Amino acid sequence: MQKNLRTRTIVIAATILVCIFFIIGFPTSKAELVDHLKGNIRLGLDLKGGSHLVMEVQVQDAAKGDAQQTVERMMQDAAKQNITIPVQPEVSDPQTVDDVGSVTITIKGVPPAQASAFRDMVTSNYATYILTSLNSTDYQMKLKPSDLVDLKKETVQRAIDTIGNRINELGVAESSVQQYGQSGSDYQILIQLPGVDDPARAKELIGTTAVLEIVGVDKAHDTPFASREDALAKLGGILPLNERLVPEKPRAGQQGAEWYLVSKTPVITGKEMRNARSGQDDVRKWQTSFSLSPDGGKRFARFTGDHVGDKLAVVLDGTAVSVATINERIEDQGRIMGLGSEEEAVDLARYLRSGSLPARVLPLSENSVGPSLGADSIHQGIVSGIAGLLAVITVMLVYYKRSGVNAVLALFLNTVILLAAISALHAALTLPGIAGVILTIGMAVDSNVLIFERIREELRTGKGVIAAVDTGFNKAWWTIVDTHVTTVVSCAFLFLFGEGPVRGFAVTLTIGLIANVFTAVFVSRTIFNWELSRQRGMEALSI
Amino acid sequence: MQLFKNTNYDFLGKKWPFIIASLVLTVAGFTSIALKGGLKYGIDFKEGALVQVKFAYPPPDNRIRAAMLQKIQGEVSVQDLSGSGAVNMVEIGTEAKGEGEHQLNANRDDMQTVLTATFGQPGSGKLDLNNTAQEALANRLRDALASASVALSEEQLQTLVRNILAEINTQHSGLITDFNQLSSVPGMNAGIMSTLRQECYLAPFHVVSAQMVGPKVGAELRKKAVLATLYALAGMLAYIAFRFEWIYGLGAVIACFHDTLITIGLFSLFNREISMTVIAALLTLVGYSMNDTIVIFDRIRENLKFSRKESLEAVMNRAVNQTLSRTVMTSGLTFLTVIALFIWGGPVLSGFSFALVCGIIVGTYSSVFVASPIVLFWHNYADRRRKPSAGGGPAAPRVETARKSPTKAVR
Repeated sequence: MQKNLRTRTIVIAATILVCIFFIIGFPTSKAELVDHLKGNIRLGLDLKGGSHLVMEVQVQDAAKGDAQQTVERMMQDAAKQNITIPVQPEVSDPQTVDDVGSVTITIKGVPPAQASAFRDMVTSNYATYILTSLNSTDYQMKLKPSDLVDLKKETVQRAIDTIGNRINELGVAESSVQQYGQSGSDYQILIQLPGVDDPARAKELIGTTAVLEIVGVDKAHDTPFASREDALAKLGGILPLNERLVPEKPRAGQQGAEWYLVSKTPVITGKEMRNARSGQDDVRKWQTSFSLSPDGGKRFARFTGDHVGDKLAVVLDGTAVSVATINERIEDQGRIMGLGSEEEAVDLARYLRSGSLPARVLPLSENSVGPSLGADSIHQGIVSGIAGLLAVITVMLVYYKRSGVNAVLALFLNTVILLAAISALHAALTLPGIAGVILTIGMAVDSNVLIFERIREELRTGKGVIAAVDTGFNKAWWTIVDTHVTTVVSCAFLFLFGEGPVRGFAVTLTIGLIANVFTAVFVSRTIFNWELSRQRGMEALSI
Repeated sequence: MQLFKNTNYDFLGKKWPFIIASLVLTVAGFTSIALKGGLKYGIDFKEGALVQVKFAYPPPDNRIRAAMLQKIQGEVSVQDLSGSGAVNMVEIGTEAKGEGEHQLNANRDDMQTVLTATFGQPGSGKLDLNNTAQEALANRLRDALASASVALSEEQLQTLVRNILAEINTQHSGLITDFNQLSSVPGMNAGIMSTLRQECYLAPFHVVSAQMVGPKVGAELRKKAVLATLYALAGMLAYIAFRFEWIYGLGAVIACFHDTLITIGLFSLFNREISMTVIAALLTLVGYSMNDTIVIFDRIRENLKFSRKESLEAVMNRAVNQTLSRTVMTSGLTFLTVIALFIWGGPVLSGFSFALVCGIIVGTYSSVFVASPIVLFWHNYADRRRKPSAGGGPAAPRVETARKSPTKAVR
């Protein structure tokens, strides 16, 4: 009994030390203790603050873009081979991701005489498309299923990479972007930004498609129009060939947007801009500077050289952020000037550095918690935890007297093991998780109550103290297992189907209950044995 | 101190009043749900956009609603969140009602701009210190401090900003009403304080959190909640069928259903929201209620082995009396911790802790007064069918214990 007791005590002491290590390491000062504690216990989003965003990549945009590029190339190729395509082919315009498979190019009016030449051109140059003929002159093209699957996957992956670059710029530790495979959807991505304190800015940074183009402003109409209607009226209702109207971003103090008539074909796009940086110019106005790729540089030099004195517009996602006059030929570096604020310049530089998204992203759900709520919640969790703990300790001591001390010690050890396990597993502690810890306190004592009540019963039937303790533990064992199994099964399903905070709850409760089997049985028994071994021939047990 | 020493209450004899009480409660719950047009769902299950805002004074609900309605299409609800630890907090929400994610997202962003426009000073060019972030504040202060001749390195600036925000967020719940409340921030001096006053203002509100749930995600969460509940109940049934005779399993599951229904009914009666954490609480209750029921059933089984002449009713009664002490103690102790959560746990957990408080009371009650009588009814009915001519009370049936039941006796 003595040797057994010693082994048990060593096991318990070792467990305590290991757990303390996991929670606070070996601190040398109070500051270090707090530091280690904060580092080891990872806080969930609802306690730390931050944003949890689920977004859907609008892959149909990428499919449409691919189709439109194919149309442009097809027109050029057809011209080279003298095949007549009288009308610009149409690309269908599905609005939701579910219709991505329905993107179709419709070509009308190809002369029957050139049918075979046309078909040869398509099958050799655009092998990813399937060509079907509707009648003698009209055709339809659709992406091959396997190529469509590739396009979808690639689009989602590029979106994830681009967004990943952008949030890295935010400098949020432990931020993550990943595919979110819920409900079988392939297009959903989950973005987690723990600790981000400006969710609105983060959302904007993530969600901006950021297609950047530098286009020439129509020379004949280079003063802005007051509105779109005004522009159409002055132009006689039709836009000149290959030109479009874009609004300029309203600056502070302006009421509405002014509109510019610009070319549809960009001189250079964001893809050719490198090393973007934000900064201030001589008059303390914000600007974004960039250098150009060799190809882009040549094109830009040629354009600016030819158009000195004309205006250029920098268009971001269809809105002009800056319009400036070309003063001289620009070779390989440029500056976008006249931006409204530091934020705008910084974000623009970020978009240039990370690249544009291959498709729009649509927010499906958002959960943003500010840091103040997290602090309040932790405080409330701790207060209620201590209150519950005190209540339980009081009742146990009053009702079970000295054996109550036994239960309380086991309870403390239980909590320590629970916290250590959370730290070791890098599980995130959420507010429901704290509730789980508190609930564990209540349920953990259950096991002790089971054992104690059984011991009392055995004592009532007249058994000796040692025999009563023995029988009590033995008989209660299976019931303890039973009761723990049912709650753990519940928690297992909660873990499977739940998210974030609820998962935190399931994890803490499960770990707490498993640890409880150890503390309530092994540890309590050891304490009883210790007490019994100290007084030989004990007549009564304080229970 | 020992309560319930060798008690001998006739629980199963007096089962009718309690069964009637159960029925009354269940019906009351259903009526409430029917009258209020369904359950009140939290944002998890009901699509929409929500913003929780803390004000420096009791929030002017009507003014908020009017301002929101000018910019946002559809209904806007303004709900007071004060209570269980929250002071001057409101929840402003719009429901989806068939709108897509685009509109919901726009609404959620709009809510923030409307708040600033109505209660803040958007035209002043100053930064709202109660609703700002690290980067924005640092950028704002950098040049201003330099021109006020306060020399700070970049690192010192970032630390200062971090300290200011930490002071506001952890000591004042994110909302300060006077710049002097920042005087204790490490590194604060007169020059910095005057720069702050010059560059920033203090809006009387602070956005605490925001959620948006679109139709796709809402549908997904609803499905998961239902599945989790069904699977958990099925799992329980399987486990009990494995440990006991099937009628015991059925009795336990019916008791659990009864608990869940009454708790949901109470939610409706007290006008509380059902969110994902509430579902978590309900599932925990299912597990917990099973505990109690199993303990009593175990005891019944143990007693049946040794009783030859007693009726089933008498055996059950004895079992319940024997476990009474344990049942009351454990339920009582768990109840204590859950009540602590309910009182001090804060507004975020209030639905969760309310579910647990109701559930523990109802669950304990159902293990004694619902589960066992069901088994009793069945056995009486089965016996009457088997031996129609037998007089007096039916003899206690031999209970077929499940194949793998452990011989180590349990309570």
